Amino acid sequence: MAPQLENSIAARTGADPMVPEIYCIQRLRHETDDTFTIELATVNGNGGFSFLPGQFNMIYVFGVGEVPISISSDPQNVKTFEHTTRIVGAVTRSMGHLKKGDFLGVRGPYGTHWPVEQAEGRDVIIVTGGIGLAPLRPALYYLMAHREKYHKIVLLYGARTPEDILYRRELERWRSKFDLEIQVTVDRGTRGWRGNVGVVTTMIGRSPFDSTNAVAMACGPEVMMRFAVMEFQRRGLSTQDIFLSMERNMKCAIGFCGHCQYGPAFICKDGPVFRFNRIEPIFGKAEI
Amino acid sequence: MIQTLEGIVSEHPFFKGLEEQYIKLVAGCAKNVRFDEGQIIFREGDAADQFYFIREGLVAVELMIPHRGFTTLQTVGEGDVLGWSWLMPPYRWRFGARTLQPTRALAFDGKCLRTKCDEDHDLGYELLKRFTFVVTERLEATRLQLLDLYGAPA
Repeated sequence: MAPQLENSIAARTGADPMVPEIYCIQRLRHETDDTFTIELATVNGNGGFSFLPGQFNMIYVFGVGEVPISISSDPQNVKTFEHTTRIVGAVTRSMGHLKKGDFLGVRGPYGTHWPVEQAEGRDVIIVTGGIGLAPLRPALYYLMAHREKYHKIVLLYGARTPEDILYRRELERWRSKFDLEIQVTVDRGTRGWRGNVGVVTTMIGRSPFDSTNAVAMACGPEVMMRFAVMEFQRRGLSTQDIFLSMERNMKCAIGFCGHCQYGPAFICKDGPVFRFNRIEPIFGKAEI
Repeated sequence: MIQTLEGIVSEHPFFKGLEEQYIKLVAGCAKNVRFDEGQIIFREGDAADQFYFIREGLVAVELMIPHRGFTTLQTVGEGDVLGWSWLMPPYRWRFGARTLQPTRALAFDGKCLRTKCDEDHDLGYELLKRFTFVVTERLEATRLQLLDLYGAPA
């Protein structure tokens, strides 16, 4: 493992994993109609928060409840960190009403991370849809910060409509650097949209990566990932080189409660990022 | 070096594995075409006498919806096939196609190919298998689009 990554793991060792720490909201930014990003920092501004790309935190809105949300910011920035989420229930709705200076409880970081070290010296193909871009954003930051260690980096991103595209400015900035191939597609084009229309997985087949030397990372609705895996395999990627971020109902985040059991694994502890060959026998099974 | 039509056709993934004699037959119905940005390639309802392999660019497959205007259902880009209405009666385009970017393509004369397929059923079977694959892929993609996967959970 790369030294920076080891350091980030070590930073939180020793903390009681069930006790939230209090963090202060620095900024709340609405990304789309139903998604927003909060930026958090320690209450006194001292210390920091280290995590690995792909990990998540349990976010506690006082008096309302706790939810797992992936960390979506640059892992190299330890002073603040961000979470991007969609408003889907009571906790995220309350969170969306908070403002700068309000406090939240945070437990974490938890879970496995994207294989950014394993991808060194290889092409990286990232396929994501909807809010699934948020857990991959730290990986993109990491890859861009260590650009010389990777060959081609390809991001295929699908959104519902052009208005639902996350991190639009950032995507435009990354695209303008010319060392990252970004393809965005929408399920429904609206007036004025002059980009791709169609399902994101259909872009994998013609995507410019070397399938004999590539690592694939995918995050999004599970159905989308099922089709992404089929396309990766059709391109000749081995199951060892495909990584997926899975989602189930996480509660304790440390493998005690069993709410997020996924076959023999717990998503919170053994995931959320899984090497595909580990979950292949149960992936897509309705009974699991 | 200028590539021959046969060379371009044989390198296209759609024709991978097709016998050389058939490549020649197919290339005999093909020509290189180029479209400017915003150009209409075909209109809904017009005679579907051609189909296209996109070599470069982006094309919107669209439908005119009253009070909404032209609505893009799908885009096709480099390496994609555009159009299969030439395969089945009444040989009329079900949708329109308009370029979103300057586009280069191979245009195939559908009537010419249909005639050759009628004369040689082995060629017809080979082409039909390949088009069935494309149609199946599009159907799968359309089903996924209909699922509205990225919408808020129910």
